[in-house]
Amino acid sequence: MTGDDTKHLPLEDLHVAANARFGAFAGWSMPLTYPAGVMKEHLHTREHAGLFDISHMKLFEISGLGAEALLNRACPFDAGALEISQSKYTFFLNEAAGIIDDLIVTRLGRQRFMVVANAGNAEADEKHLRELADFDAKADFDAKIEALDRVFLAIQGPEAWAALSRAGIETGSLLFMHGFEPRENWFMSRSGYTGEDGFEVGLPEADARNLVAKLLEDERVMWVGLAARDSLRLEAGLCLHGLDITPEMDPAGAGLMWAIPKEVRASGAFIGADALRSILERGPTQKRVGLKPEGRQPVRPGAALFDADGNPAGHVTSGGFGPSAGHPVAMGYVQASLAKPGAKLFADVRGTKIPVDINPLPFTPHRYRKG
Amino acid sequence: MAKTYFTEDHEWLRVEGGIATIGITDYAQEQLGDLVFVELPEPGKKLAKGDTAVVVESVKAASDVYAPVDGEITEANTALSSDPSLVNSAAASDGWLWKMKLADESQLEGLLDEAAYKAHIG
Repeated sequence: MTGDDTKHLPLEDLHVAANARFGAFAGWSMPLTYPAGVMKEHLHTREHAGLFDISHMKLFEISGLGAEALLNRACPFDAGALEISQSKYTFFLNEAAGIIDDLIVTRLGRQRFMVVANAGNAEADEKHLRELADFDAKADFDAKIEALDRVFLAIQGPEAWAALSRAGIETGSLLFMHGFEPRENWFMSRSGYTGEDGFEVGLPEADARNLVAKLLEDERVMWVGLAARDSLRLEAGLCLHGLDITPEMDPAGAGLMWAIPKEVRASGAFIGADALRSILERGPTQKRVGLKPEGRQPVRPGAALFDADGNPAGHVTSGGFGPSAGHPVAMGYVQASLAKPGAKLFADVRGTKIPVDINPLPFTPHRYRKG
Repeated sequence: MAKTYFTEDHEWLRVEGGIATIGITDYAQEQLGDLVFVELPEPGKKLAKGDTAVVVESVKAASDVYAPVDGEITEANTALSSDPSLVNSAAASDGWLWKMKLADESQLEGLLDEAAYKAHIG
């Protein structure tokens, strides 16, 4: 049984009715799988459309004259360069350029932004932002930070668009990494964490119940649990905060510098800028890579990696089986000199050395709708 | 005259002529979800009750299966190397995990019968 502090999804009764198996994740009781099972749920998402309840994630609205400046301080990006409805993947960094959280920021209006943060970090993120805003309120970070009370759903897969349309939700000409407010208190973006085309929708609970009922009438749509969400994102080469990126890891080593514009790297005043610049000057010592184990045995987070001579080479941060790839898939950090596609390493799994190849990410091609 | 026993750890044992065929119950495979790999033991290996005999791996996690009694492995179900999903589809039959020669048949007395196991899982 779960403890008293466990948080429950607003739509939990729907998952219970769908015979979900629940498990704890980031302080929440989450549906891990439904009776179809992780394999079918995963493959269904890649072929049709998976419906995910991701209400454990948090939506923040940041508004006011100082909203842009606050975000530019908290994140290594240029909030001013975002056009209305444009989204950007970015991070909160600490002074050492360690990743406090990864998030998606969307510009809703001239002085309004939506931030989507991870479940486990939501409270810390809010505190971080509020401290920044309060500390510098008389400077130019005068911004209102509002944690929104929403159900948050993801509908992912090649038929997500058609299923939403049938349910009466017009997504218009929305492209990947764009978001808008289709109705009052709704936020919808074309994004997700599966590598597939899809949408994320934040909306009030009553509206969510209506939408879920309509979507599930469509045979193309099925509930998909957190277990398949994890195997989908791992195949797509996407990082899970807490495993693949942590406050001890920086964007350079994590291979996420694509998210930081060149001008921002050079002259940005974001927290962690100096540390990141010096990391870039000397080069990261470890790099995140994709790992493909030989054979069928999965390698799991925490497994140590060795080179052919038995010297320590790094460690695995995410690992499991890739239902679409048809083989085990993993990610991890290896010494920068070893981080070359095709390099052969060995993972220690319960005393057995499993050969693993460094493999380009993603394992499954992204199929985003970019234009 | 095979007799079937169960453990509170959701294993079944079918005992015939001093050899136990061991697998996990249907309830256990449901809890684990789709299996993608089974790490099988080598015949000849001696196990004490409570030792890890087999590791079953689902998409998400690895779980140990323990020896319910003392004995020596006589055979592992090598069909699972190419098709671990047999454990999901036929936990109580083709999805058996290993066979072992019992060191002490009196240990069976501490195990559950089917009715007691059913009561255990509720």
